[in-house]
Amino acid sequence: MKRLFSYMKVHLLESILAPLFKMLEATFELFVPIVVANMIDRGVSGKDVSYLIRMSILLLVLAACGLVFSIIAQYFSAKVATHTAQMMRDDLFAHIQTLSWRQIDGLGTSTLITRMTSDINTVQNGVNMFLRLFLRSPFVVFGAMIMAFTVDPHTAMTFVVAIPLLFVIVFAILLITMPLYRKVQKQLDAIMRSTRENLLGVRVVRAFNRQESEKKTFDEEASGLYDRQIFVGKISALLNPLTYVVINLGIVAILWLGGQQVYAGALTQGKIIAQVNYMSQILVELIKLANLIILLSRAMASARRVDDVFRVVNGRKDGTAGFPESETGGASIDFSHVLFHYEKDAEPALCDITFHADAGSTLGIIGGTGSGKSTIVNLIPRFYDADSGSVSLNGTDVRTIREKDLRSHIGVVPQKAVLFHGTLRENMKWGQKDASDQEIYEAIDIAQAKEFVDSKGDGLDLMIEQEGRNLSGGQKQRLTIARAVVRRPDILILDDSASALDFATDAALRKAIRSQMGKRTVILVSQRVSTVRSADQILVMDDGKLVGHGTHRELLNTCREYQEICESQMTAEEIQADRKGDD
Amino acid sequence: MKEQNPIEKKQTEESRKKERKKSTIHRILLCIRPYLPMVILSLALAVISVALQLLVPIYIGDGVDVIVGKGQVDFPALLRILKKIIFCICLTAAAQWIMNHVNNKITYRIVRDLRVQTFHHIHDVPLSYLDANSAGDLLSRVITDVEQLSDGLLLGFTQLFTGVITIIGTIIFMASLQPLATLIVVVFTPLSFLIARFVSTHAFTYFKKQSAARGDVTDLTNEMLGNLKVVQTFGHEQESMEEFAKRNRELSGYSLKATFFSSLTNPSTRFLNALIYDGVALAGCLLCFLSPFGGAVMTIGELTSFLSYVKQYSQPFNDITGVLTEFQNSVASAARVFELLDTAGEPADDSDAVVIPHARGEVTLDHVAFSYVPDKPLIENLNIRVQPGKRIAIVGPTGCGKTTLINLLMRFYDVNSGSISVDGTDIRHIKRMSLRDNYGMVLQDTWLKAGTVRENISYGRPDATDEEIIAAAKKAYAHSFIMRMPKGYDTEIEENGGNLSAGQKQLLCIARVMLHLPPILILDEATSSIDTLTEIRIQKAFDDMMKGRTSFVVAHRLSTIREADEILVMRDGHIIEQGNHEELLRKNGFYKKLYTAQFERS
Repeated sequence: MKRLFSYMKVHLLESILAPLFKMLEATFELFVPIVVANMIDRGVSGKDVSYLIRMSILLLVLAACGLVFSIIAQYFSAKVATHTAQMMRDDLFAHIQTLSWRQIDGLGTSTLITRMTSDINTVQNGVNMFLRLFLRSPFVVFGAMIMAFTVDPHTAMTFVVAIPLLFVIVFAILLITMPLYRKVQKQLDAIMRSTRENLLGVRVVRAFNRQESEKKTFDEEASGLYDRQIFVGKISALLNPLTYVVINLGIVAILWLGGQQVYAGALTQGKIIAQVNYMSQILVELIKLANLIILLSRAMASARRVDDVFRVVNGRKDGTAGFPESETGGASIDFSHVLFHYEKDAEPALCDITFHADAGSTLGIIGGTGSGKSTIVNLIPRFYDADSGSVSLNGTDVRTIREKDLRSHIGVVPQKAVLFHGTLRENMKWGQKDASDQEIYEAIDIAQAKEFVDSKGDGLDLMIEQEGRNLSGGQKQRLTIARAVVRRPDILILDDSASALDFATDAALRKAIRSQMGKRTVILVSQRVSTVRSADQILVMDDGKLVGHGTHRELLNTCREYQEICESQMTAEEIQADRKGDD
Repeated sequence: MKEQNPIEKKQTEESRKKERKKSTIHRILLCIRPYLPMVILSLALAVISVALQLLVPIYIGDGVDVIVGKGQVDFPALLRILKKIIFCICLTAAAQWIMNHVNNKITYRIVRDLRVQTFHHIHDVPLSYLDANSAGDLLSRVITDVEQLSDGLLLGFTQLFTGVITIIGTIIFMASLQPLATLIVVVFTPLSFLIARFVSTHAFTYFKKQSAARGDVTDLTNEMLGNLKVVQTFGHEQESMEEFAKRNRELSGYSLKATFFSSLTNPSTRFLNALIYDGVALAGCLLCFLSPFGGAVMTIGELTSFLSYVKQYSQPFNDITGVLTEFQNSVASAARVFELLDTAGEPADDSDAVVIPHARGEVTLDHVAFSYVPDKPLIENLNIRVQPGKRIAIVGPTGCGKTTLINLLMRFYDVNSGSISVDGTDIRHIKRMSLRDNYGMVLQDTWLKAGTVRENISYGRPDATDEEIIAAAKKAYAHSFIMRMPKGYDTEIEENGGNLSAGQKQLLCIARVMLHLPPILILDEATSSIDTLTEIRIQKAFDDMMKGRTSFVVAHRLSTIREADEILVMRDGHIIEQGNHEELLRKNGFYKKLYTAQFERS
């Protein structure tokens, strides 16, 4: 909330003027019944034509002023609302960029996106309506009452009864129906889920001959929705009739009490009409006010949700050292008793991991899904920090290295092949901002992507759609590899990123990395034995534990888990041959 | 002549559009027809409540007229009038409430019927239709479009009815009070209507720009926040922030204009209404003591009633504009719903179609030709004869058309020529239900229902006992992980198995087939997304299942391929080679190439 007001403060003047002008408009509206009353009392009974004309010009002026003030108010409130939303979006976007991976995992990207889009839109709407109505509507309601008192306190007592009564009716109905409408929405969501499920699983449904029972289930859900709609409809349909009755009973009371006052000579006919007019003015504004309150409560909830994201602050301290470059190229990697927990998991994702990889060597990591392979590599560029133990590059703890330097020396090919909307060249420059076309082509060549890039005929100007939708899985994967290679990193990490490539391409890729990239530390994460078997060293992961550590042949002879994996992917003869080592 | 052509075309297109709109409205009316008595009731109630509502200002006017001045108040008359008012408002309120209720009933029933019909129809149309239309599109027809129609109908019933009746009623009442002043109102009110239209069309162009700009911002948000980890990996934060700020600024600009212009509607119509009110007040006051055409002057009470009519009269105009736009959207939505309903359903089973309770498992494909698109032949002259219990492996790169073959075997699609038969009977002469009963299918694209584990396993046989379900799960190597879940077999599975890993989902799908093992199997082997241990389990389960059953396996694993009795090598939808492992290797063709690329060590 504080944050929201601080944004509105930027346009302090407009934020104050908008409601004020809106109130002025309302004030002019409130004068109308009095003027009309005067026209009747003085103009008609005195048959004073010129007075009537003067008064009607006054009405005209009142209306014109109302129009001008209202337009000014609308402009100011629109300006404050849109600018508030703009600033909020900019800040939130920038803020989200600074979050750590742990925090991103905790919040979830889809949540972040809804906060950015629909929640801020709701806030914008709320601010806009708030500035327009929060003074006006109460002002009209209570203004009408006050005006009624100035006209005649006796008849105005009806307002004192009618207004609270209307408030109670309007809010009671809103409060009762709001949760009921949520139930309706929930049932609609259930219907949507069933439909989506049936559309996606139509083959299975038909294969199992379950069409009839699916139809029956849906019929029940649809009837459930109908029942809920009718139920809430019955209650919300009370709003209009009830308020109508109260307002008109108020008018009846005014006439009765007014009649007595007139009889006593304390009131005129015209003034009774004014009171009647004030009474009918209340209702419209009261309903507006009720809607405003619903809108505001929604906007506040959205603002709070946005604020929740702002409150998640990445408190991690950045290192100060530069990247510890080695003279030979590449970097040695040391894990020492590393323990790591993901927030939501009970079991640690990495448990006492210790290993050393030489600078310039190739490290293979193999194991099942969820065994901790990716977690290991994510600790190297400090996407996550170890809970205990340490990760060092060339003997320097990664936590002491400036994050920017650290990451710019590491090339990561993530598991999910993601490219961005833009040309191929733009995408490649993500790896290295000032890369020349020549360098990019070299990287594409290493990544075995040259052939298909050439076949597309647009060279580096090839347009890539959002998420790389216009490319196949294998093509995307090769380009993400090229993107990391462009950087010429000291450490190249391929996180299961050749899964969509066939074995021959995978092999050619590894060969090219070895022969064309000079001395670099390469980490190959994979589920395939063929990918890691020629690595200098292989880590076998199972359930967060390092269960095997050595070369392909060593592991074949010593590690049961590794043997099992090999047996499922290779023929018995091959395994036999590898074991003996007559390669 | 040539130049006229496009214009003509446009005209015919336009007239066709109109035609379609007309027929859609006709269809909507047909949907309403069963509820005609209720519609009539609703109309009658609308007339009653509007008429009574309009009477009230007259009585109020009468009331004012009996309160003339000091000592000049006719209390007995006032009391009579007030009683009448109270009677009227109570009756109005009751009529209004019942009318709303009736309207709700009509609308929600129509909508429920329509939704049920569309859903049922989804299960009746051929798969080709469902494949050709995205699930998202069909979903939005069943949900959003039907909802839109419901909103339109409801507004139509409540506001259009009463709005029109109110306008007509007010004019009649006003004219009976004072024809001259009525003229002012009737002539000028449409002006406010026009102004509202003018403002809203202008605002609309900005709204379009705003939503385009908002789309740009959302796109970038989805792209950059959806892949935030990649953005951070490459240190691209600054650039994406700059791009965001640029698009955000643009959005803010259009948003301001759209919000501002659209917010002008109310003040400007209010202004015009105020002018009309002013005019009537002046004219009315003058008519209270002047009588330009002779006749009686207006009483002050009548003036009061008249002024309140002016207020009531302008309101429905605004409502009706809203209803009309809403209704236009509804007609468009209804058209999309009807389009789905009009799709022909799957042809019914032949009247002489047979039931095969338990096939031996002989499958024959005889000169089969098939294509999804008429001029793009896909499968041509395919001949396979599978003896009961044999194993067929289908290999080929991704997207080679293996699903096509599954589509034909399961009769999700019908062959164009040639025939497929099971146990010697053409499958087009077997009842669909019976044919599919003989097949067990486990696809890689696993599908589970939101529901318990138990419900999912017994999907093919809802009457299975717990023992049978557990036995099936054990055979599918799924029992142990199911028991580790919080509520075992009663654990709720989220939509599409959101709380399960890919491997676990596939094991459940296998258990589902295990529960009632049919004579013919269609299996899709896992690729790399499943972890090694689970994959080994799945393989074991597959092997158990295939024993003694005719099976078609989309194969990725070397052992499956080598052990198959026959291998179909597919590429770009064609079956290019056919034979067992040794034969194919000897052929030295595409299979050999594929085999070396995939399995030979480099």
